[in-house]
Amino acid sequence: MNWSEFFHMGGYAFYVWTSYALTLVIVVANIVSPLLQRRKIIARIKRAIKRENIELAKSHE
Amino acid sequence: MIKSIWHWIQRFSSPKHFYGMSAKLIPWFTVSALLVGLYGLYLGLFVAPTDYQQGESYRIIFIHVPAAWMSLFVYMVMAISSGIGIIWQIRLADMVAAASAPIGASFAFLALVTGSLWGKPMWGAYWVWDARLTSELILLFLYFGYMALQSAIEDQRSADKASGLLAIVGVVNITIIHYSVEWWNTLHQGATVAKFDKPSMHIDMLIPLLLMALAFKLFYAAVVLVRTRNEALYRDRNRRWVRELINEL
Repeated sequence: MNWSEFFHMGGYAFYVWTSYALTLVIVVANIVSPLLQRRKIIARIKRAIKRENIELAKSHE
Repeated sequence: MIKSIWHWIQRFSSPKHFYGMSAKLIPWFTVSALLVGLYGLYLGLFVAPTDYQQGESYRIIFIHVPAAWMSLFVYMVMAISSGIGIIWQIRLADMVAAASAPIGASFAFLALVTGSLWGKPMWGAYWVWDARLTSELILLFLYFGYMALQSAIEDQRSADKASGLLAIVGVVNITIIHYSVEWWNTLHQGATVAKFDKPSMHIDMLIPLLLMALAFKLFYAAVVLVRTRNEALYRDRNRRWVRELINEL
Protein backbone atom coordinates (compact mmCIF):
# COMPACT_ATOMS: atom_id res chain seq x y z
CA MET A 1 0.00 0.00 0.00
CA ASN A 2 1.37 3.44 -0.89
CA TRP A 3 0.47 6.81 0.61
CA SER A 4 -1.82 8.08 -2.17
CA GLU A 5 -3.78 4.86 -1.92
CA PHE A 6 -3.93 5.34 1.84
CA PHE A 7 -5.29 8.88 1.56
CA HIS A 8 -7.75 7.78 -1.11
CA MET A 9 -9.42 5.40 1.40
CA GLY A 10 -10.93 3.32 -1.35
CA GLY A 11 -12.98 6.28 -2.57
CA TYR A 12 -14.32 7.20 0.89
CA ALA A 13 -11.60 9.80 1.59
CA PHE A 14 -14.06 12.67 2.17
CA TYR A 15 -16.13 10.79 4.76
CA VAL A 16 -13.23 9.14 6.57
CA TRP A 17 -10.91 12.17 6.73
CA THR A 18 -13.65 14.64 7.62
CA SER A 19 -14.54 12.36 10.54
CA TYR A 20 -10.94 12.15 11.71
CA ALA A 21 -10.37 15.89 11.25
CA LEU A 22 -13.48 16.69 13.26
CA THR A 23 -12.27 14.35 16.01
CA LEU A 24 -9.01 16.30 16.14
CA VAL A 25 -10.95 19.58 16.41
CA ILE A 26 -13.09 18.21 19.26
CA VAL A 27 -10.03 16.89 21.09
CA VAL A 28 -8.17 20.21 20.77
CA ALA A 29 -11.27 22.16 21.85
CA ASN A 30 -11.60 19.91 24.91
CA ILE A 31 -8.00 20.73 25.84
CA VAL A 32 -8.01 24.47 25.11
CA SER A 33 -11.40 25.39 26.54
CA PRO A 34 -10.79 24.35 30.19
CA LEU A 35 -7.33 25.97 30.12
CA LEU A 36 -8.84 29.29 28.99
CA GLN A 37 -11.59 28.89 31.58
CA ARG A 38 -8.94 28.39 34.27
CA ARG A 39 -7.14 31.60 33.29
CA LYS A 40 -10.41 33.53 33.36
CA ILE A 41 -11.36 32.22 36.80
CA ILE A 42 -7.94 33.02 38.28
CA ALA A 43 -7.99 36.53 36.80
CA ARG A 44 -11.47 37.08 38.22
CA ILE A 45 -10.46 35.98 41.72
CA LYS A 46 -7.33 38.17 41.58
CA ARG A 47 -9.48 41.18 40.67
CA ALA A 48 -11.83 40.42 43.55
CA ILE A 49 -8.91 40.24 45.99
CA LYS A 50 -7.57 43.57 44.74
CA ARG A 51 -10.98 45.24 45.06
CA GLU A 52 -11.43 43.92 48.59
CA ASN A 53 -7.98 45.14 49.61
CA ILE A 54 -8.78 48.64 48.32
CA GLU A 55 -12.10 48.66 50.19
CA LEU A 56 -10.37 47.42 53.32
CA ALA A 57 -7.77 50.22 53.09
CA LYS A 58 -10.52 52.81 52.58
CA SER A 59 -12.45 51.68 55.62
CA HIS A 60 -9.34 52.14 57.72
CA GLU A 61 -8.79 55.74 56.62
CA MET B 1 -17.04 2.19 61.69
CA ILE B 2 -19.57 3.89 59.44
CA LYS B 3 -18.70 7.17 61.08
CA SER B 4 -15.00 6.80 60.32
CA ILE B 5 -15.76 5.90 56.69
CA TRP B 6 -17.92 9.00 56.48
CA HIS B 7 -15.11 11.14 57.86
CA TRP B 8 -12.70 9.59 55.38
CA ILE B 9 -15.07 10.33 52.46
CA GLN B 10 -15.53 13.90 53.62
CA ARG B 11 -11.81 14.44 53.93
CA PHE B 12 -11.00 13.07 50.50
CA SER B 13 -13.91 14.75 48.80
CA SER B 14 -13.01 18.18 50.09
CA PRO B 15 -12.34 20.43 47.08
CA LYS B 16 -9.04 21.49 48.61
CA HIS B 17 -7.78 17.94 48.96
CA PHE B 18 -9.02 17.08 45.47
CA TYR B 19 -7.28 20.11 44.00
CA GLY B 20 -3.91 18.99 45.31
CA MET B 21 -4.32 15.33 44.45
CA SER B 22 -5.70 15.80 40.92
CA ALA B 23 -2.65 17.83 39.88
CA LYS B 24 -0.57 14.66 40.15
CA LEU B 25 -3.02 12.50 38.19
CA ILE B 26 -3.59 14.73 35.15
CA PRO B 27 -0.16 14.22 33.48
CA TRP B 28 -0.50 10.42 33.77
CA PHE B 29 -3.94 10.36 32.17
CA THR B 30 -2.83 12.75 29.43
CA VAL B 31 0.28 10.81 28.45
CA SER B 32 -1.43 7.41 28.56
CA ALA B 33 -4.38 8.72 26.50
CA LEU B 34 -1.93 9.98 23.88
CA LEU B 35 0.09 6.75 23.74
CA VAL B 36 -2.92 4.42 23.65
CA GLY B 37 -4.66 6.69 21.13
CA LEU B 38 -1.69 6.81 18.75
CA TYR B 39 -1.23 3.05 18.89
CA GLY B 40 -4.96 2.53 18.35
CA LEU B 41 -4.93 4.89 15.36
CA TYR B 42 -1.92 3.11 13.88
CA LEU B 43 -3.61 -0.28 14.19
CA GLY B 44 -6.96 1.07 13.00
CA LEU B 45 -5.71 2.94 9.95
CA PHE B 46 -2.74 0.82 8.83
CA VAL B 47 -3.08 -2.71 10.20
CA ALA B 48 -6.82 -3.48 10.36
CA PRO B 49 -8.00 -5.20 7.15
CA THR B 50 -10.47 -3.67 4.69
CA ASP B 51 -14.09 -4.60 5.41
CA TYR B 52 -15.53 -6.99 2.84
CA GLN B 53 -18.87 -5.12 2.70
CA GLN B 54 -18.09 -1.51 3.55
CA GLY B 55 -14.59 -1.18 2.10
CA GLU B 56 -12.45 1.49 3.78
CA SER B 57 -15.42 3.59 4.93
CA TYR B 58 -15.82 1.38 8.01
CA ARG B 59 -12.63 2.94 9.47
CA ILE B 60 -14.89 5.68 10.83
CA ILE B 61 -15.88 3.05 13.42
CA PHE B 62 -12.64 3.63 15.36
CA ILE B 63 -13.84 7.09 16.37
CA HIS B 64 -17.60 6.83 15.95
CA VAL B 65 -18.15 3.93 18.36
CA PRO B 66 -15.76 5.15 21.11
CA ALA B 67 -17.37 8.62 20.89
CA ALA B 68 -20.85 7.11 21.16
CA TRP B 69 -19.84 4.86 24.08
CA MET B 70 -18.27 7.83 25.84
CA SER B 71 -21.36 9.98 25.33
CA LEU B 72 -23.28 7.33 27.32
CA PHE B 73 -20.54 6.71 29.88
CA VAL B 74 -20.04 10.41 30.64
CA TYR B 75 -23.81 10.82 30.97
CA MET B 76 -23.91 8.04 33.57
CA VAL B 77 -21.02 9.66 35.46
CA MET B 78 -22.94 12.95 35.37
CA ALA B 79 -26.21 11.39 36.56
CA ILE B 80 -24.61 9.29 39.32
CA SER B 81 -22.50 12.17 40.64
CA SER B 82 -25.58 14.40 40.57
CA GLY B 83 -27.39 11.78 42.65
CA ILE B 84 -24.50 11.59 45.12
CA GLY B 85 -24.48 15.38 45.29
CA ILE B 86 -28.21 15.57 45.94
CA ILE B 87 -28.45 12.72 48.46
CA TRP B 88 -25.21 13.07 50.46
CA GLN B 89 -24.50 16.71 49.63
CA ILE B 90 -20.93 16.01 48.61
CA ARG B 91 -19.90 19.18 46.81
CA LEU B 92 -17.15 17.49 44.83
CA ALA B 93 -19.75 15.20 43.21
CA ASP B 94 -21.73 18.22 41.98
CA MET B 95 -18.51 19.67 40.59
CA VAL B 96 -17.72 16.45 38.72
CA ALA B 97 -21.23 16.42 37.24
CA ALA B 98 -20.99 20.04 36.08
CA ALA B 99 -17.50 19.42 34.69
CA SER B 100 -18.66 16.35 32.74
CA ALA B 101 -21.55 17.99 30.86
CA PRO B 102 -19.60 19.91 28.17
CA ILE B 103 -17.25 16.97 27.58
CA GLY B 104 -20.15 14.54 27.22
CA ALA B 105 -21.92 16.95 24.89
CA SER B 106 -18.82 17.11 22.69
CA PHE B 107 -18.69 13.28 22.50
CA ALA B 108 -22.39 13.07 21.64
CA PHE B 109 -21.90 15.68 18.93
CA LEU B 110 -18.89 13.79 17.55
CA ALA B 111 -20.84 10.50 17.56
CA LEU B 112 -23.71 12.12 15.66
CA VAL B 113 -21.57 13.82 13.01
CA THR B 114 -19.23 10.88 12.38
CA GLY B 115 -22.30 8.64 12.24
CA SER B 116 -23.81 10.95 9.69
CA LEU B 117 -20.58 10.92 7.66
CA TRP B 118 -20.64 7.13 7.77
CA GLY B 119 -24.36 6.93 7.00
CA LYS B 120 -24.14 8.92 3.80
CA PRO B 121 -22.00 6.44 1.79
CA MET B 122 -23.56 3.35 3.46
CA TRP B 123 -27.26 4.21 3.77
CA GLY B 124 -27.39 6.98 1.17
CA ALA B 125 -28.46 9.69 3.64
CA TYR B 126 -26.70 11.91 6.15
CA TRP B 127 -29.64 11.67 8.49
CA VAL B 128 -32.67 9.45 9.03
CA TRP B 129 -35.18 9.75 11.88
CA ASP B 130 -34.22 6.35 13.15
CA ALA B 131 -34.65 5.31 16.80
CA ARG B 132 -30.91 5.09 17.52
CA LEU B 133 -30.07 8.41 15.89
CA THR B 134 -33.03 10.25 17.38
CA SER B 135 -32.35 9.03 20.93
CA GLU B 136 -28.67 10.02 20.59
CA LEU B 137 -29.78 13.48 19.44
CA ILE B 138 -32.01 13.70 22.53
CA LEU B 139 -28.93 12.81 24.60
CA LEU B 140 -27.12 15.83 23.15
CA PHE B 141 -30.12 18.02 24.05
CA LEU B 142 -30.13 16.59 27.60
CA TYR B 143 -26.51 17.71 27.95
CA PHE B 144 -27.47 21.16 26.65
CA GLY B 145 -30.41 21.27 29.06
CA TYR B 146 -28.13 20.43 31.99
CA MET B 147 -25.67 23.16 30.98
CA ALA B 148 -28.45 25.71 30.44
CA LEU B 149 -29.91 25.03 33.92
CA GLN B 150 -26.43 25.30 35.46
CA SER B 151 -25.80 28.71 33.97
CA ALA B 152 -29.35 30.07 34.31
CA ILE B 153 -29.80 29.51 38.06
CA GLU B 154 -27.83 31.96 40.18
CA ASP B 155 -27.76 30.01 43.45
CA GLN B 156 -25.26 27.17 43.02
CA ARG B 157 -27.05 24.63 45.22
CA SER B 158 -30.39 25.16 43.49
CA ALA B 159 -28.63 24.95 40.12
CA ASP B 160 -27.03 21.62 41.09
CA LYS B 161 -30.35 20.26 42.31
CA ALA B 162 -32.34 21.28 39.23
CA SER B 163 -29.77 20.21 36.66
CA GLY B 164 -28.99 17.06 38.64
CA LEU B 165 -32.65 16.08 38.64
CA LEU B 166 -32.79 16.55 34.88
CA ALA B 167 -29.68 14.38 34.50
CA ILE B 168 -31.20 11.60 36.64
CA VAL B 169 -34.54 11.60 34.81
CA GLY B 170 -32.66 11.57 31.50
CA VAL B 171 -31.11 8.18 32.35
CA VAL B 172 -34.29 6.69 30.82
CA ASN B 173 -32.98 7.89 27.47
CA ILE B 174 -29.72 5.96 27.99
CA THR B 175 -31.74 2.74 28.22
CA ILE B 176 -33.64 3.72 25.09
CA ILE B 177 -30.40 4.38 23.18
CA HIS B 178 -28.99 1.03 24.24
CA TYR B 179 -32.03 -1.05 23.30
CA SER B 180 -33.18 1.09 20.35
CA VAL B 181 -31.59 -1.29 17.84
CA GLU B 182 -33.52 -4.22 19.35
CA TRP B 183 -36.87 -2.59 20.11
CA TRP B 184 -37.32 -0.95 16.74
CA ASN B 185 -36.45 -1.96 13.21
CA THR B 186 -33.68 0.48 12.56
CA LEU B 187 -31.16 1.18 9.85
CA HIS B 188 -28.50 1.34 12.51
CA GLN B 189 -26.74 -1.98 12.92
CA GLY B 190 -27.13 -3.95 16.14
CA ALA B 191 -24.49 -4.53 18.78
CA THR B 192 -21.31 -6.14 17.51
CA VAL B 193 -19.15 -5.90 20.62
CA ALA B 194 -21.25 -5.47 23.77
CA LYS B 195 -23.27 -8.65 23.73
CA PHE B 196 -23.21 -12.00 25.48
CA ASP B 197 -22.23 -13.95 22.41
CA LYS B 198 -18.67 -13.43 21.28
CA PRO B 199 -18.11 -10.17 19.34
CA SER B 200 -18.94 -10.59 15.64
CA MET B 201 -15.92 -8.67 14.53
CA HIS B 202 -12.48 -9.54 13.19
CA ILE B 203 -9.92 -9.47 16.02
CA ASP B 204 -7.68 -7.07 14.02
CA MET B 205 -10.58 -4.61 13.92
CA LEU B 206 -11.73 -5.27 17.48
CA ILE B 207 -8.36 -4.53 19.13
CA PRO B 208 -7.91 -1.01 17.67
CA LEU B 209 -11.57 -0.29 18.47
CA LEU B 210 -11.08 -1.23 22.13
CA LEU B 211 -7.78 0.70 22.27
CA MET B 212 -9.47 3.81 20.91
CA ALA B 213 -12.28 3.40 23.44
CA LEU B 214 -9.66 3.19 26.22
CA ALA B 215 -7.86 6.27 24.83
CA PHE B 216 -11.13 8.25 24.83
CA LYS B 217 -11.79 7.19 28.41
CA LEU B 218 -8.30 8.25 29.57
CA PHE B 219 -8.72 11.53 27.72
CA TYR B 220 -12.03 12.14 29.47
CA ALA B 221 -10.38 11.39 32.82
CA ALA B 222 -7.71 14.04 32.18
CA VAL B 223 -10.15 16.68 30.92
CA VAL B 224 -12.76 16.11 33.62
CA LEU B 225 -10.07 16.54 36.29
CA VAL B 226 -8.97 19.87 34.80
CA ARG B 227 -12.59 21.03 34.56
CA THR B 228 -13.44 19.88 38.09
CA ARG B 229 -10.43 21.84 39.37
CA ASN B 230 -11.85 24.90 37.63
CA GLU B 231 -15.23 24.29 39.29
CA ALA B 232 -13.50 23.94 42.68
CA LEU B 233 -11.60 27.21 42.23
CA TYR B 234 -14.69 29.10 41.09
CA ARG B 235 -17.14 27.75 43.65
CA ASP B 236 -14.70 28.17 46.53
CA ARG B 237 -13.50 31.57 45.31
CA ASN B 238 -14.32 33.17 48.65
CA ARG B 239 -12.78 30.44 50.78
CA ARG B 240 -9.40 30.64 52.37
CA TRP B 241 -7.67 27.78 50.54
CA VAL B 242 -8.42 29.34 47.13
CA ARG B 243 -7.37 32.81 48.31
CA GLU B 244 -4.06 31.45 49.61
CA LEU B 245 -3.53 29.49 46.42
CA ILE B 246 -4.22 32.49 44.17
CA ASN B 247 -1.97 34.74 46.22
CA GLU B 248 0.88 32.31 45.66
CA LEU B 249 0.41 32.35 41.87
